[in-house]
Amino acid sequence: MTLDRRALARLLTRVENGQADAELAALYKNTGHAHIIGVTGAPGTGKSSLVSALTKHYRVANQTVAILAVDPTSPFSGGAILGDRIRMRDLSGDAGVFIRSMATRGNLGGLAATSADMIRTLDAAGFDKVIVETVGAGQSEVEIAQAAQTTLVLEAPGMGDDVQAIKAGILEIADILVVNKADRPGLESTVKALRAMLDLGHRAEQIVHHGSLMAITAIQIMGENEAWQPPIVQTIATDGTGITELAKQIAAHRQYLQATGTLQRRERAQLENEITMRLQEALLNRLLSEIDPQKLTDLLDQIVARQIDPAYAVNFLLNH
Amino acid sequence: MTDRKIRVLVAKPGLDGHDRGAKIIARALRDAGMEVIYTGLRQTPEMIVEAALQEDVDVIGLSILSGAHMALTPRIFELMRANGLEDVKVILGGIIPDSDIESLKAMGVSGIFGPGANTTDIVAHIQQVTHSDA
Repeated sequence: MTLDRRALARLLTRVENGQADAELAALYKNTGHAHIIGVTGAPGTGKSSLVSALTKHYRVANQTVAILAVDPTSPFSGGAILGDRIRMRDLSGDAGVFIRSMATRGNLGGLAATSADMIRTLDAAGFDKVIVETVGAGQSEVEIAQAAQTTLVLEAPGMGDDVQAIKAGILEIADILVVNKADRPGLESTVKALRAMLDLGHRAEQIVHHGSLMAITAIQIMGENEAWQPPIVQTIATDGTGITELAKQIAAHRQYLQATGTLQRRERAQLENEITMRLQEALLNRLLSEIDPQKLTDLLDQIVARQIDPAYAVNFLLNH
Repeated sequence: MTDRKIRVLVAKPGLDGHDRGAKIIARALRDAGMEVIYTGLRQTPEMIVEAALQEDVDVIGLSILSGAHMALTPRIFELMRANGLEDVKVILGGIIPDSDIESLKAMGVSGIFGPGANTTDIVAHIQQVTHSDA
């Protein structure tokens, strides 16, 4: 590890606050070592417990692990309660583990706006695994597929019927499906529903992201039988059942990504999307700073008075 | 996105199992716009200081109802010094006898809030010691 833990923690704060452009530029060349594993799923499926169990497994193999645990910011106060550490207490006292909690700060999609930079910082700090736990909201938290190399989607028995399993888009981002709490009743029907869903179609290669279609990978240019088939792994995170098998599948997925060149293609697509997003934000900020506030007020008055419509006002601002 | 949020670790060291007070404080701080890292029950001083370091918090809030505050608090300060966390403020809640308040403050506790304390006062205290109005 190139940074001491205190320095790393402070750097993460500056990154989270958008005040570390120079440091991020300097550390970027040191990224690309860690296997970045995303963990998503509905609340109560056991994400934090699974992350904890998986981390313990990696520590036995002497791999270092950083955990980025994201929880939602209250839209009313801007504050947040970040409680993922409660389920990770067993990891305390291990110098090979670093846990950082993070609030979404208004971002939708299950991550925070600065998550990508936080992940890069942990990657550059030299951890072998960076595990990202998303907000547990359930059906549209697909942003993790934009940040992770291997995405785990957690389900638990009895958490919803098979229509819910196919409706959302959350399952299409899964590289590995995990049915946690496998000792609960309803396991068989949950696994059956997931298997049926997987048989229906292949992993989505594009997702609609912030309204625009985003490519995740490019399996269509490979042969049909080269494509990754998401396995379904049954686990009981609280007692460690199935964790060895899960780690095996995660390693197999990484192997697949490297062997097929998907890792590079996926990263390229992720970076292209990130640049588009950053450009959107930068252009918007630049444009807003150039607009005369008085002009904006006048236009708003006219829109409110039904003299012009919002689209006309936008065109006017762009062209004048 | 670029605004600095006050980050507070709320922890319950020691062996008593009553976290109602700690949860109320956590909610009040969240409602005041702070980011609260809640670590749950039965935390050792080592766990608390490690979490405070990794999370780079501005304030550590300890809830101690067991009577062990005169043992736990110095240990936490000792570990904070060993880890370079001297600038992190520590506040204390729970059952703290008046006779201990002076020595706790001498150790470096910035505020002590017993039963009946007003959450508004706690929020104001944290905002004041972190020099922020976030």
